[in-house]
Amino acid sequence: MSLPKTPSQTVGPYYAIGLCRRVENELVPLNDPAAIRVIGQLLDGEGRPIGDGMIEAWDAAGGRWGRSGTDADGRFSFVAAKPPALQGAAPRLDIYVFARGLLKHQLTRMYFPDEPEANASDPVLSSLPEADRAVLVAEQEDGAVRFDIRMQGERQTVFFAL
Amino acid sequence: MTSDESPIVLPDDPSFGDDVQVDYPGYRSTRLRAPKRPLVTLPEELHSVDGPVFGDETVSELDYDLTRQHDGEPLGERIVVAGRVLDDSGKPIRNALVEVWQANSAGRYKHQVDQHPAPLDPNFSGAGRCFTDDDGNYRFITLKPGAYPWGNHENAWRPAHIHFSVFGRAFAQRLVTQMYFPGDPLFRFDPIFNSVRDPKARALLVSEFDLATTQPEWALAFRWNIVLGHGGSGTTPLEEGHA
Ligand SMILES: [Fe+2]
Repeated sequence: MSLPKTPSQTVGPYYAIGLCRRVENELVPLNDPAAIRVIGQLLDGEGRPIGDGMIEAWDAAGGRWGRSGTDADGRFSFVAAKPPALQGAAPRLDIYVFARGLLKHQLTRMYFPDEPEANASDPVLSSLPEADRAVLVAEQEDGAVRFDIRMQGERQTVFFAL
Repeated sequence: MTSDESPIVLPDDPSFGDDVQVDYPGYRSTRLRAPKRPLVTLPEELHSVDGPVFGDETVSELDYDLTRQHDGEPLGERIVVAGRVLDDSGKPIRNALVEVWQANSAGRYKHQVDQHPAPLDPNFSGAGRCFTDDDGNYRFITLKPGAYPWGNHENAWRPAHIHFSVFGRAFAQRLVTQMYFPGDPLFRFDPIFNSVRDPKARALLVSEFDLATTQPEWALAFRWNIVLGHGGSGTTPLEEGHA
């Protein structure tokens, strides 16, 4: 017998009180030789920044987790390391998006820009239309990796069923 | 317009099951934020089966007691909020990180964006954390939060609630939700509460008054269990249609 799940509700505008009481955006320490800065912007259906969102990043292969609130410009940032590729799958971070106005968090994936071969053969990426693949691969930017998240619109981020 | 004609809350729709309607139109902020395209289903075997493990340092000893985080005692109705975190087969999830945040008893959050003209309480920050024990039990001591107004529609008020964030065993079990109090007269006007369209599922968001957990001469108590999904893609086939 399966119990009914407790439904989701929005994280609301004041989540920082409970969820951002300390700095938790470092999946690996800043001084880790493999550390990469992951930055991005969370954008709404009109391309405007979502200033009250929260992003969680989960590196399943490395068992490392972090979260970052977004600032007034919708910007978030992490310090992460590229996870090892597993079972023929390209390295990636699982990205969860929370925000006021989002009644349930959304799951997407960030793939790395310097892994064209692994990305090309990744079973999930390669099952998607080309435009969607491009949306899930981060871009290099000034020594960081940039991954913007668009909730709606022509270039909407691909979100996966939970 | 009488409240019975209010367009803010749509009629019940039991076909949603335990899911929430993410593009619920009564909650205006969903309009530009809820994804419009259908969700993509991941192959089950590719879905990660584990989640973050939090060290003991994540929670300090008094984090479960929101009434003892300052020199003085906060004002309000002292309550115990307790329950269990379970998976969907009813098995307890031990060592789950449970985080809560809430308004004070006057309905004001200690957050710079909250401009509700109700007093802040210097003795109340409104945040707590704890791990579940081996039987999946969590327990907080706090104050009953006040209802508060918000800008969603004319004369909109949120029913009293406590925000909850829970990490299960798998990252796919992640849940952020809100716990409500029994019998709140604001339920029928609140689009966030009613975005869960199945009334049976909505009832799962409401705690129960729990006489057995009250502490005589000291605190009332509310009991609320949290059921996480088993994790993995395809657990909620309805979801895609409602994306
Ligand atoms: Fe709230």
